[in-house]
Amino acid sequence: MPPLAADEFLAIAAEVIRGTDLAAVHECLSAYNEATIVLEKANIVEIIRRLKADDRTRLNALVDINAIDWFESGREPRFDVVYHLYSYKTFDRLRLRCPVSEQSGQNNIDSICELWSGANFMERETFDMFGIVFNNHPDMRRIIMPDNWEGHPLRKDFPLGGSESFYYKQDTHEYAGEPNDLVPRIRVQESDV
Amino acid sequence: MTQTGLEPAPARQTIEQDYPTGEILTMNMGPQHPSTHGVLRLILELEGETVLSIKPMVGYLHSGKEKLAETKTYHKFIPYTDRLDYLSPMANNTAFVQSVEVLLDVDLTERCKWLRMILCELARISSHLLSIGTHAMELGAMTVFLYTFREREKLYDLFEEICGARFTVSYMRVGGVGWPIPDGWLDKVKVFVDDFEQRLRDYSDLLTMNDIFVYRTRGVGKITDNEAIDLCLTGPSLRGSGVDVDIRRDAPYLLYDQVVFNVPIQQQGDVYARYQVRMAEMHESRQILYQCLEKIPESGPLNIDNPKICYPPRERVKESMEDLIHHFLLASDGIYVPEGEAYAPIEASKGELGFYIHSTGGFTPNRLKIRSPSFVNLQSLSKMSKGGLLADVVAVIGSIDLVLGEIDR
Repeated sequence: MPPLAADEFLAIAAEVIRGTDLAAVHECLSAYNEATIVLEKANIVEIIRRLKADDRTRLNALVDINAIDWFESGREPRFDVVYHLYSYKTFDRLRLRCPVSEQSGQNNIDSICELWSGANFMERETFDMFGIVFNNHPDMRRIIMPDNWEGHPLRKDFPLGGSESFYYKQDTHEYAGEPNDLVPRIRVQESDV
Repeated sequence: MTQTGLEPAPARQTIEQDYPTGEILTMNMGPQHPSTHGVLRLILELEGETVLSIKPMVGYLHSGKEKLAETKTYHKFIPYTDRLDYLSPMANNTAFVQSVEVLLDVDLTERCKWLRMILCELARISSHLLSIGTHAMELGAMTVFLYTFREREKLYDLFEEICGARFTVSYMRVGGVGWPIPDGWLDKVKVFVDDFEQRLRDYSDLLTMNDIFVYRTRGVGKITDNEAIDLCLTGPSLRGSGVDVDIRRDAPYLLYDQVVFNVPIQQQGDVYARYQVRMAEMHESRQILYQCLEKIPESGPLNIDNPKICYPPRERVKESMEDLIHHFLLASDGIYVPEGEAYAPIEASKGELGFYIHSTGGFTPNRLKIRSPSFVNLQSLSKMSKGGLLADVVAVIGSIDLVLGEIDR
């Protein structure tokens, strides 16, 4: 049976979330036929568990976990962790957004690996790219970047060309690295004679 | 000993009883390996020849496409999408362009939708052909590889005729396609599809009832349907475990609700089941292609008529001032996308491929996330090969159909 219109499904999902009495919902958006709910990150595991189990929503498939960086808008908290959920029963989609701050000590959110073990790689990638730590994750380490990389590449203040330049300096015959000024723009390659 | 493929193969035996000391060997199946379908590094923990666990390490092909997307306009990003799942670039283009079109709220012309469906199905056939070909070659059946690549050459000829590039096509545009359909192209597609049925039977004759292939794949890499949903598997790997899900049928995009096709499911969940699903999907793609070729309108506009989104036709640009200005603005600034977020996935050949675009109003996206099926499907590798033999790891990797371009982005 085809999926519901986003407004109707948004109302059902919001009702389920509010019924848990654990959530602090900031807003419910429905645009371009997609339902989005912005809510606090506390108790996110229990809320998603309820969304997965409840008969009205039955969101039993996790599609994606990623994050958005609001650095350019200057919004505080800086990041938004985004969960995309999908239902294999009713084929409805839902997006959840949880604001996560950048300050150390507050840049973490609970991991949902206990609900889907497929969340493992997705959360590792979010950690690798943004620096958001997932509590109780079985294997919290970098996945795409090398293990000893410093910095989190998809943050807006991480420059596109990288924070170190690797080019062969002919006079010193060493791989010398020089830090760029940390401006997010495309780095122009200087020719090195 | 002859055995038809219908009887169950004998039970597999692990050789743990030969290694009572329980010595665990950590072995590296390095990034440079002929059977890992790209630069995939696997750290295997073996006890004798039995696999205890596999840790995949990815990132050797990472090229920062998501970061690059934040500095590029939407048109400029289309060639990057070719290079994701480089076996079916038409499908990646479609997935990306579809998400942008959701944000812009455009309605495509009917001819464009049928054409996109034809190209997506051809891309699916191309990807499955390579998947089966390389999978069989890794198990030793070299002939299948050459046969499937012969068909892929015919597909490359079709792609080259329509857009000039065999491989990295960059054909789709926001609101339409890049170039018009050449005369006679649709007839050539029909000739290919007619011819393809006999080819599928050839591959099936070589593999489906082949004792060696069945012995190496039956019962190997088993995964149940609940485990598959738990690991967030999608695509033919999920359908090989009995889960009846397909985005084309469940939440149809383009005009998939106007064509009739089956979604092949197998219940066993092993490598042989996934192979059967892929072969059956190619049959179904043939049926979809026949219907699309019948229903596509003979003539009509391919691109939408909105000059702020789609380039106006060349003749009008040379004559009309507004169209010239629009052409200039599209080429320099790009398409202005209002504030919002969109995620419109397609059923790609490997699973659910979608682009999550978050825009704060501008010419470049604020965040572009590529939800690639191979990245998520890779997690099931450990579960599928646990308890099996080392030689089965190769069979399992081939059956999940990984593409490193998608995994690393």
